[in-house]
Amino acid sequence: MPPFLSAVYFLSCILNYGGDYMPKTFRGGVHLEYHKELTSSRPLQEVEASDVVIIPLKMHVGEQCKPLVKKGDRVLVGQKIGDTDAYVGAPVHSSVSGTVQKIDTALLPSGLRGPAIFIENDGLYEVDPSIRPKGLIEDLTPRQITDIIREAGIVGLGGACFPTHVKLCVPEGKHVEYLLVNAAECEPYLTCDHRTMLERTEDLFYGIKAAAKACGADHVIICVEDNKPDAIEIMQNYCDGQCQVVVLETKYPQGGERQLIKAVLNREVPSGTLPYEVGVVVINVGTAVAIAEAIKTGMPLIKRAVTVTGTIVKNPGNFIVRIGTTMDKLRDVVDGTTEPPSRIIYGGPMMGNTIHELDEPVVKGTSGVVVLSRDESPLIGEPDPCISCARCVDHCPAYLMPNILERMVAENKLDKAKKLGLQDCIECGTCSYVCPSKRHLVQWFRVGKMELAAQRRREEDKAKAKETGKAVSTGGGM
Amino acid sequence: MATSELLTVASSPHIRDKTSVEKIMFSVALALTPAALVGVYVFGWHALWVLLTSIGAAIAAEVIWQKLRGQRLRVYDGSALVTGLLLGMNLPPTAPLWMAALGSVFAIIIGKQVYGGLGANPFNPALVGRVFLTASFPALMTKWAFPAGYVDAFGQATPLASSVEVPMSKLFLGTIPGCIGEVSAIALLIGGLYLLIKRYIDYSIVGGILGTVVVLSLIMGVDPLFHLLSGGLLLGAFFMATDYVTSPVTPRGRWIFGIGIGLLVMLIRQFSSMPEGVSFSILLMNAAVPLINRATRPRIYGR
Repeated sequence: MPPFLSAVYFLSCILNYGGDYMPKTFRGGVHLEYHKELTSSRPLQEVEASDVVIIPLKMHVGEQCKPLVKKGDRVLVGQKIGDTDAYVGAPVHSSVSGTVQKIDTALLPSGLRGPAIFIENDGLYEVDPSIRPKGLIEDLTPRQITDIIREAGIVGLGGACFPTHVKLCVPEGKHVEYLLVNAAECEPYLTCDHRTMLERTEDLFYGIKAAAKACGADHVIICVEDNKPDAIEIMQNYCDGQCQVVVLETKYPQGGERQLIKAVLNREVPSGTLPYEVGVVVINVGTAVAIAEAIKTGMPLIKRAVTVTGTIVKNPGNFIVRIGTTMDKLRDVVDGTTEPPSRIIYGGPMMGNTIHELDEPVVKGTSGVVVLSRDESPLIGEPDPCISCARCVDHCPAYLMPNILERMVAENKLDKAKKLGLQDCIECGTCSYVCPSKRHLVQWFRVGKMELAAQRRREEDKAKAKETGKAVSTGGGM
Repeated sequence: MATSELLTVASSPHIRDKTSVEKIMFSVALALTPAALVGVYVFGWHALWVLLTSIGAAIAAEVIWQKLRGQRLRVYDGSALVTGLLLGMNLPPTAPLWMAALGSVFAIIIGKQVYGGLGANPFNPALVGRVFLTASFPALMTKWAFPAGYVDAFGQATPLASSVEVPMSKLFLGTIPGCIGEVSAIALLIGGLYLLIKRYIDYSIVGGILGTVVVLSLIMGVDPLFHLLSGGLLLGAFFMATDYVTSPVTPRGRWIFGIGIGLLVMLIRQFSSMPEGVSFSILLMNAAVPLINRATRPRIYGR
């Protein structure tokens, strides 16, 4: 950065924040309308599960689970009902007690259909007797902690759903200097992490301690955006010698793992690798609380904090929702909306997925349900041509050139797109958000990435076919 | 959340910024208005007719082209309005109306539509129109009108071509001969600052141009303020070099682009037979934009 710019930046920081402190941040990104005031003062509230809960067999990155129960079986709260042998994967558990109605495909929030276990809720919430406290952190070895986490089916609750035990098991030869606790909550509308910090502080720190021990981290840094002053204060009061709070500028996508590491430690995770390459592991606030629960009570991940909100929602709030609870139940909990909704989003408005029907279940990665009206999320027809305004380039937090990437993907020049960083795109959606021509930039990048993955699979199949001497169909693709 | 209502299913992000191409174009037109109004005030009603003719012809050319080609009518995006207005402001106040119309049609058709319309043109369409007129009708393009009392004091040339020193206050307010839209520095600055504050234009291009002109003026031993305020420099720096389509998209590229224009302007003004070189400098740098974009690609995160 030229010195002139540095001076201007420095000045603007002081002007913006009265010189109290200089919140850390990354280059790029965008300031949004947050609407967090709708729910930020609404305490977490337990809600009943729906009459039928739908537990998908895949709510994580990695291998899909195989069902461990069959139609007609009686299951209990916390009982493992699906598991996989694969290392990258996580078991699924029943969130209610009741009878297995069927194992069938269901429409999932990802927009895809997948197998799921439908359980008729008997309303008794009878807990599986095998659920017992796992002992004190001091007595557990790192290996034991990660085993508990795996068995509890814990995945990254920020939305990415990467299995947490894989994240915490750092490969031989790598050392974790910092465990970053991601409390940025940079998606607009969502406040469940904020409420969790205020209301479940003790469990949060318990979970952080366990995670730090599991991955062998030297230091813990809790990273909070400066729009949550009350949470920052509580975190600072709880922190002891090993742990520290870092205040971040409120800017999207500050909660992106790579952006967080850049802002807090000024380190960049090399392209195509994971954060432990630079000595960092990042976990989300909700994940830490789930870890605490799994150790303290032995209860696996069967419920999570969910913000149900929107300006048209009559009674928005933060809720503890059992996994598998369907949207129609949540609609009743918030008393519906003042006008017909246009989009119901699982997750935040920047990266979440819209659901098709109200019978889609809340899954492990559902950090919120955001209901938007037609005015708030207008339909975009044919976009205008790109006018090279450079907004996407200036705002891209991965420092890509989305305008050129879009053209490359659209023209199916995938090799060139790869060179220009297609796979370094974090799909935060900032480029599409800022585009005055309303182009579907990030949507193209998803298409391009899927096509690259399909290409890779085809090549693998070909290699396998060569090895075995058998002909394997190479058709398909997108 | 009535179940009877159909839900929209779409790829994220589900919210979009409120800026749009139209909003940007109309803001640029609004920002140009003060300078255009001063032009009309200084040079009289004929200047207004020149502006209206060039705007009308630009819009008409766009509509007719899109109709003939069976394209979606995009004239509402305001880009033809901006091109027409900019071209009009780049004409001398004595320009015959047919010439204004011809320039606009050329700017829209040859400057923009033949490349594929909005977003596809390599050169600033208004400047293409102006340079076309300068090459075709050199006499008409340099026939200046004079604000009252000007000729007696300073002779019949624009300040840059003149040998007599023109007071700075006249340059600021615009009571000098020149193109309709380029004479009033103060009005151009108001419009330019408005666009900068709204972040519709980028400070690095403007800063690159103006900074280079100041530095080179000092090196060459000429008055930097005079060079900043005279000729079409402010009009070009704030409103034409910053045209999105024809300027680089990378942060470093925009600095290089601006500095390149400033350099060319001073070289042309000091060493060529032309008194004024903003249009040619911008067009030359327009041609270098793909090269600049390629050479200044940002380093990707983690690479």
